[in-house]
Amino acid sequence: MNCKIMCINSSFSELINTDRFMENNQPTFYEETRKDGISRKDFLKFCTTMAAFLGLEASGVGQIVKALQTKPRLPVIWFHFQECTCCSESFIRASHPIVANIVLDKISLDYQETLMAASGVQAEEAYKTVMAKFPGEYIVMVEGSIPTENEAYCCIGGRSAKAILEEAVANCKAVVAWGNCASAGCVQAAHPNPTGAKPVHKVISGKPVINVQGCPPIADVMAGVVVHLLTFDRIPQLDELNRPKAFYSRRVHDTCYRRANFDAGLFVESFDDEGAKRGYCLYKMGCKGPVTYNSCGIIKWNDGVSYPIQSGHPCIGCSEEGFWDNGPFYQHLPDVKGFGIEVTADKIGLGLGIATAVGVAGHAVVTNIRKHREIENTPESGS
Amino acid sequence: MKSRSIPLREVYVWEMPVRIYHWINALCITSLCITGFVIGNPPAFMRGTEAYYNYWFGTVRFIHFVSAFLFFFNFVFRTYWGFAGNEFSRWYNFIPYKRSQWKEIFDVIKVDILQVTHNKIDSIGHNSLAAFIYFITFLIFLLQCLTGFGMYSAMSSSFLPKMFAWFVPLMGGDMAVRQLHHVLMWGFILFAMVHIYLVFYHDYIERRGITSSMIGGWKFIEEDVIDRHDNPEDSTKN
Ligand code: HEM
Repeated sequence: MNCKIMCINSSFSELINTDRFMENNQPTFYEETRKDGISRKDFLKFCTTMAAFLGLEASGVGQIVKALQTKPRLPVIWFHFQECTCCSESFIRASHPIVANIVLDKISLDYQETLMAASGVQAEEAYKTVMAKFPGEYIVMVEGSIPTENEAYCCIGGRSAKAILEEAVANCKAVVAWGNCASAGCVQAAHPNPTGAKPVHKVISGKPVINVQGCPPIADVMAGVVVHLLTFDRIPQLDELNRPKAFYSRRVHDTCYRRANFDAGLFVESFDDEGAKRGYCLYKMGCKGPVTYNSCGIIKWNDGVSYPIQSGHPCIGCSEEGFWDNGPFYQHLPDVKGFGIEVTADKIGLGLGIATAVGVAGHAVVTNIRKHREIENTPESGS
Repeated sequence: MKSRSIPLREVYVWEMPVRIYHWINALCITSLCITGFVIGNPPAFMRGTEAYYNYWFGTVRFIHFVSAFLFFFNFVFRTYWGFAGNEFSRWYNFIPYKRSQWKEIFDVIKVDILQVTHNKIDSIGHNSLAAFIYFITFLIFLLQCLTGFGMYSAMSSSFLPKMFAWFVPLMGGDMAVRQLHHVLMWGFILFAMVHIYLVFYHDYIERRGITSSMIGGWKFIEEDVIDRHDNPEDSTKN
């Protein structure tokens, strides 16, 4: 069925051992961590980092510690549909070293098409077992959009993505939609959307869907969402687009360290001008920061090293719906579709303005001819 | 000296609140279009300086937002006046739900736009076509407020912008909202061009004092038009 198989370490063979599901006592997160040789100190550091990312108060650290020490691991089925796996790639690069290890290895991805060692019948058994053993408890995590134009565009093990998802979701606790594909369709749903790609929340209903937006989402945000689910046993507070508020309530623009340059009206005009060297605002280079909700300016990427704007590149708005269609990336306003290439609203507006001016002038000329009598005040009969 | 004497009557058409609304609206739209255009296409008139000296772009946005609030409340007031004002300012002028309104719309197209016939249009306030166009502009006002305050809600915690926050997810996000907001600006510009031209046009051929009517409120109307206005039954017989 799925040929994308990587064996990251030996613990994965253990992971897919279906005997494990027969055990009555699921190991806790903490137990698994210690078994992996991670010190208690590092475990506590991890809990503190997560509490900070989630914006919890100090007592929240204790709640996380307690939850991870006492609650059994979270059963997870992780699907890959129409996507590029960059969400998984991001996730395994989470900044805090044990986030990757613990969350990915041990939160128990009972079924993860990229990382699991199992294949074929064995793999399918793994997720069927989860569904049978933990009804109403397991979390379905989805990378990728679902084709609806013809379901056959994305099939795994001979079944369509839609059928697989619908079956898995039926008894799950919640759905986590990773990345722009699963949250808004991303590049596959860009015009003309040949596969009729749809995000998860438009395909299923009746279950809470958490849209963890971004292309990919920030690794620490992904870890934060998982930790929140585990600790509080409920979905995090979401915004109107079902994105966790802790990470998506502010615009990249509002947390941008270059913001002062925006207010001062100091803009980069081209990528290698003096303004670019001085770190001016990238607004005119097409920065989508003002219309993009994400934590890039705060949590940043690669262990807090940097983020696109800090590296001199405008934000492309990857955590927003339709960011591919709102291009080109290096232009403030998107091109208007249906008018050929590179036509912005301003060009069309100017064209219409000129047409209107010409029309009005023409009308004025015609008026002087046709309405001659009214203008000269001569009686209409002409007598 | 050319002169002519025809029976005219002065009619008080635009009450004071309508006139004040009109000029505040004109002022706001001018200010919003200029500042909005600058926000969308900031000119590069500063180089080689540091951010802490300057705030000009912030000021432009501030003027945009102040004008926006004024524009919004002014618009709300006009909507109220559509239910409280005189017969020329009432809401039913603006929505062509009667046969006679549609007839007048086609008459105006024939007489004033295509100029194929020369009958005079009888309307004292807005003619039906103009009124219908104003109705469409009111809808554009509303959309501009929805998109504008929708964007604004992300940077404000006050209740008024928050009341518009629901509009953003409806459009999928800020990206589409901003694009629509920008496109609508051109609607305002095109409307203003045609609107001003048509005031000139009507004053030029009709000489009912339409331009000054928005200053003093009064128009000069032919007595036979007023007769037909006061006795609509008679006019249908003609
Ligand atoms: C006559 C009405 C208006 C016109 C013509 C107008 C025009 C514009 C334009 C062209 C932009 C720049 C968009 C871009 O390309 O980035 C803009 C931005 C904006 N407008 Fe308006 N606007 C109007 C009314 C309003 C109203 C009523 C509000 C309500 C608060 C509003 C709030 C905003 C906001 C928040 C922005 C974004 C500014 C920023 O974040 O830098 N506008 N407007």
